[in-house]
Amino acid sequence: MITNSVTATDASNKYTTLRQRRSENRSAMKSKKPAIPYLGWMLVFTIIPLVMVAYYAFTDSKGRFSLESFENATVYSEVFLYSLLIALISTAICLVLAYPLAFSISRCSQRSQTLIIMFLMVPMWMNFLLRIYAWVLILQNYGPLDMILRTFGIDITLIGNSGAVIVGMVYEFLPFMILPLHTVMSKIDNSLIEASQDLGCNGFNVFRKVVFPLSVPGIISGVTMVFVPTASTFLVAQYLGGTQFMIGDVIERVFQSDHHTGSAIAMVLMVVILGFLIFMNRFGDKEAVN
Amino acid sequence: MMKRISAFLLLLLLTGSLLLTACSSGNTDAGDGEEDVRGYQGEVNVYNWGEYISPGDDGTLDVIDEFEKRYHIKVNYTNFETNEELYNVLTNSNSTYDVIVPSDYMAARLREEGLLEEIDYDNIPNYKYISDRFKNQPYDPENKYTVPYTWGYVALVYNTDMIEEGKIKGFKDLWSEDYKDTGILMFNNSRDAMAIAMQLCDPPIDPGSPSFTREDIDRATDKLIEQKSVLKKYVMDQVFTEMESNQSGLAPYYAGDIYTMIDNNELLDYCIPEEGSNLFIDSLCIPATCKNKENAELFINFMCDPEIAAANAEYMCYGTPNEAALELVDEDLRDSELFNPPADYLDKCYTFTNLDDDIYSYMQKRFVEACSANAEVSSVEKKTVNPAAVWAVGAILAVIIISSAVIVVLDIRKAIKNRGRINKL
Repeated sequence: MITNSVTATDASNKYTTLRQRRSENRSAMKSKKPAIPYLGWMLVFTIIPLVMVAYYAFTDSKGRFSLESFENATVYSEVFLYSLLIALISTAICLVLAYPLAFSISRCSQRSQTLIIMFLMVPMWMNFLLRIYAWVLILQNYGPLDMILRTFGIDITLIGNSGAVIVGMVYEFLPFMILPLHTVMSKIDNSLIEASQDLGCNGFNVFRKVVFPLSVPGIISGVTMVFVPTASTFLVAQYLGGTQFMIGDVIERVFQSDHHTGSAIAMVLMVVILGFLIFMNRFGDKEAVN
Repeated sequence: MMKRISAFLLLLLLTGSLLLTACSSGNTDAGDGEEDVRGYQGEVNVYNWGEYISPGDDGTLDVIDEFEKRYHIKVNYTNFETNEELYNVLTNSNSTYDVIVPSDYMAARLREEGLLEEIDYDNIPNYKYISDRFKNQPYDPENKYTVPYTWGYVALVYNTDMIEEGKIKGFKDLWSEDYKDTGILMFNNSRDAMAIAMQLCDPPIDPGSPSFTREDIDRATDKLIEQKSVLKKYVMDQVFTEMESNQSGLAPYYAGDIYTMIDNNELLDYCIPEEGSNLFIDSLCIPATCKNKENAELFINFMCDPEIAAANAEYMCYGTPNEAALELVDEDLRDSELFNPPADYLDKCYTFTNLDDDIYSYMQKRFVEACSANAEVSSVEKKTVNPAAVWAVGAILAVIIISSAVIVVLDIRKAIKNRGRINKL
């Protein structure tokens, strides 16, 4: 109890100083000048490429308006659905794994929180491709995992299927789920949980009425941060999967020979992701209001 | 405060020691490299495939160093990965290369587009060592622009632990249900994969023909889709680890690289495909934008020197068109059927020709479609479009667009209402 009250006053001190600083800076914050470099960056590297993708998607090779490239892109519908499915499953697994972990981390002392978060980040200091490659070595036939399973008499192929792709995705993007969840959860005041317990909530109700509603913004940003890259990433399926490509691989390949069809696929993917984001944000707002 | 200062000092120390090691290694380089003493009298810019020259480590001859020592000309050596990359660099940027190494079909394209400089063969006396087989090729019928550097062909590699020795006969085994469980690999590159499929079509299509049609490509695509039900994976460089660590049983690849794989894994054996195969010839050429033509010719002549060519062949395990060099090559390598297949086999092989842009991009497109086709469904129906999937994607899109529109409209109305309320207050 004592340590809790100390951290609480610490926190309130922090907030007041922050608030003071903010009001002092308010006049400076109003100026939009510091944003100019970023706005320029955004114009050159976000807006213009988007316009170009849209332009290519809606024109044919002679530069006339046409929907031909979307028609060509229908060939890849199955791959598209497969990728969305893989992304959904990976996101769900990430959420299930990350949620309890993030919560227990957020209840640790400040010091061990920093330490654990750092350990979560360490694998991300390594190159993305190397990490996927490590999974290839782990899952391959007569690899370490396969040998262990064989000693128990289980003989299955671990690599070259959708399961391996999902494992790779979950490993790759799990930190992106844990970090936003942890950020939100570490802000949940312990006294709120204690208050609800005092008022007679059992463990499940504490979760349902206090922890979960307060962590929704973290879930939202975590889910978006995992779903969006898993749906569009490439190479993971090429290394861990079998002959089945994912939509990211297809876009990469198609772009080598045909910008128009490649842009059309990219456009469809962007629309789906945008819709997903709008939906998630809406959902988040409602939860927060309730 | 003390902590911060000590951390800072530590950082300083670390960077300092890094710098020191960098400096000292720089010093030793200059020491045994004699760079400063040499006094170069010119330079030559060479653009070659990766790992396509004897590098000078592990007891091999350092070819570039040897050239610099002999002629006092600095070699600026850079790498490309695909013929298409070479083409883009030559056409798009102000390239300053003096020697390039395109493959047959790319040499043809560069020649047709006027991007190659004629070579003065009087300056290349070592050209006399080049075997007649590799002269007068369709990509340079009058022998004006190219000097053959290496050649190779596509062969099969298999694991004798999983497949009985001598069982593999040709490319048709890549479609065989019998070897499915060992893991069959396939080229992840449209040109090579399509060529193999074309050979197996009934009736076969000549992959070396300059004039095959979209229908021919469609037939080859069907053949590739048919293969999907037995296939493990499409690979390029991954083939090395897959085969060397006994992950897969059977794969097509370039003969020189198969030689390397067998060197690294005794269980592997090769098969020279009975159907005939793709023979490729990479040539030394001078681009039209060249600035040091004399040095370039000097370099090309040097590469045709039998000893140098032999050193390169021993390192790469790719065939050498240089007859005198073949005499000098290590006996084991020379006698290997894989490295040096009988002449009548080479007569059965075909060489790629330059394709129309239109046909080439159609081929790439169909290959991606084959790669992304669903193995179970498509191999029976031989279709790449699944109407159910198209409808599903359409439905998802429609739902997303409509619901997003509704959400956005609702939000805007809410915002307007709120503003009205605030104004009232």
